[in-house]
Amino acid sequence: MSLRDKLISSHIVFQESLDADSPIYDLRGEAIKTFEAEGFPSKKDENWKYTSLNSILKDSYSLRPNGEADLDFKDIKQYLVNDIDTYNIVFVDGVFSSYLSSTTHDGIDVCTMNSALTKSKYKQVIDVYFNKIAKDESLNALNTAFAQEGAYIYIPKGKAADKPIQILHFSTGIGGEAAFLQPRNLIVAEENSEVQIIERHQSLTDDRTFTNSVTEIYAGKHSNVDYYKIQNDKLNASLIDNTEIEQHDNSIVSVHTFSFGGNITRNNLNFYQKGQHIDSILKGVTIIEGKQHVDHNTLVHHITPNCESHQDYKGIFAEKSTGVFNGKVVVEKEAQKTNAYQSNNNILIDDQATINSKPQLEIFADDVRCSHGCTIGQLDETALFYLQSRGIAKKEARALLMYAFANTVLSSVRLPQLKQRITKQIAKKIGVNIGFDI
Amino acid sequence: MLSVKNLHAGIEEKEILKGINLDIKAGEVHAIMGPNGSGKSTLSSVIAGKEEYQVTGGDIELNGVSILEMDPEERAHEGVFLSFQYPVEIPGVSVTNFIKTAINETRKAKGLKDMPASDMLKKIREKAELLEIDRKFLSRSINVGFSGGEKKRNEIFQLAMLEPKLAILDETDSGLDIDALRIVANGVNKLRNEDNAVLLITHYQRLLEYIVPDVVHVLMDGKIVKTGGKELALELEEKGYDWLKAETV
Repeated sequence: MSLRDKLISSHIVFQESLDADSPIYDLRGEAIKTFEAEGFPSKKDENWKYTSLNSILKDSYSLRPNGEADLDFKDIKQYLVNDIDTYNIVFVDGVFSSYLSSTTHDGIDVCTMNSALTKSKYKQVIDVYFNKIAKDESLNALNTAFAQEGAYIYIPKGKAADKPIQILHFSTGIGGEAAFLQPRNLIVAEENSEVQIIERHQSLTDDRTFTNSVTEIYAGKHSNVDYYKIQNDKLNASLIDNTEIEQHDNSIVSVHTFSFGGNITRNNLNFYQKGQHIDSILKGVTIIEGKQHVDHNTLVHHITPNCESHQDYKGIFAEKSTGVFNGKVVVEKEAQKTNAYQSNNNILIDDQATINSKPQLEIFADDVRCSHGCTIGQLDETALFYLQSRGIAKKEARALLMYAFANTVLSSVRLPQLKQRITKQIAKKIGVNIGFDI
Repeated sequence: MLSVKNLHAGIEEKEILKGINLDIKAGEVHAIMGPNGSGKSTLSSVIAGKEEYQVTGGDIELNGVSILEMDPEERAHEGVFLSFQYPVEIPGVSVTNFIKTAINETRKAKGLKDMPASDMLKKIREKAELLEIDRKFLSRSINVGFSGGEKKRNEIFQLAMLEPKLAILDETDSGLDIDALRIVANGVNKLRNEDNAVLLITHYQRLLEYIVPDVVHVLMDGKIVKTGGKELALELEEKGYDWLKAETV
């Protein structure tokens, strides 16, 4: 049975096991129909031209964990940014681990989607925000159909989260069968609120894992949301990360994606601007090798006037790795005075590495500033010689140039500890022990 | 210090240096002058080890040891420094970070530990002052948005920090106004001692008024056609290079 068929048939059983009074009971039913009609995307789909899911869809997956993993803090410590005080929401094989987490209801809600979907006091927020931002398409729908667990973060009007929040999804491979996980996160930042979030999907097994994650972020007027995604997973772990963001007047939302490893990683990052004086910031660094594949598919939908968007994606591809950047900017007729900037720069280290970069600008307004640039090249030989002539060995010189190349993305990371950690990861990734001061 | 013996070198089949002989002793300043395209910059690049040039004959020795087989960084560790004619812009790496990395990588190659941060800071401050470099300048990305003069001053700042045995200044005077030239020359003069040597590559005599050479060589068409004292530079300024061409033919 194909994964698609298996999912559709298991949904009937799943739906029966749930409370029919759930605020999203009917929604799940509709969602599975959308998925049934559309199925998994294929390369025939223009948006999936350069990313094929075939190799991961042919595998057999368990949709539910085959047992309960016994994880201790020491097992997960290295995956946390642990030199800062944070709230942590930790899931193990799709199940919330209260033992490994530290949540709060003190002024803000940092807890689980499962409580939000089942407890009456959250019903109002769920009714207003759940699945309201995510586009109605097959992967989102598939996630909605099975949505049960994930992070639920609610920052009320005028509040700032007192510390950053880390969302961690672990898969342990317990039971021996490859896991298919579908976390669902909802982040609501009401008017004039502020929050910083770090998210990571991490496999702890060498077995295959496949994650189809959906995150909806609502940014109210004058709110400020910084979201950091760390994608540094095992070679058998594949991820489709769907992140859908709605912004209102004067809000600033930034999403930084650090893609350093995994099997197939696809980021669908969509911004919808529904107000004026909005700033949307999309940044990414991809450094991969082997046969790894990272695809950034972004959309910034400028619907309203006087807004900005800034995209800066850097990629370094070694060996036979492949990258995709498909950045779409839509400026509606009403969205006058839009200032949209997009840049995608890539370095191919080896002859067999590939990048497909495709900027798409659809502009219907006449008074806008839109710029985009895309480069694909090698490391600058003259710069290498310059560094070497100062006593820096070739390997370190290459590392320094790669680091400098990626640094424009790091410079806007506002958590110093996170920045330091990413810097170290980059150094490790490039295989040098060199102190990069920023 | 530096001994260049019958050096032949070129790029992609084209021979540019056609048998160069040069002997520079510790404590000396040599100048190489010559018209455009005579091979001046090729000579400096070949000494520093730029890979795109092929050495087809002869040898380059530093203190009696051939450096031809060494990578550019190994030559730097042995004390060769090249001040670039066109310093390279490197966005994302600050001047301070760059120089720290350069010093510590050189120390690492010699089996030494990193220079203590306080010593590094002190040295940076001292050398920045010598070259009248603003502190703010040091936190900027290397050469990005620098004026011609700032780029050259930054090169000499690196020279001052790395304290090489042999400093090759490739057209350091080009693009400098008179004040900047004086600062740069003053910096180089203060760094001179009995144990190091300077090789000036220049088109004009102007720089040699400030950094006075012991020996002047004239390079034409890949060969040194004349060698003399500092007065040779003045003669060249007056007569140009054509009279030498006639002489060599």
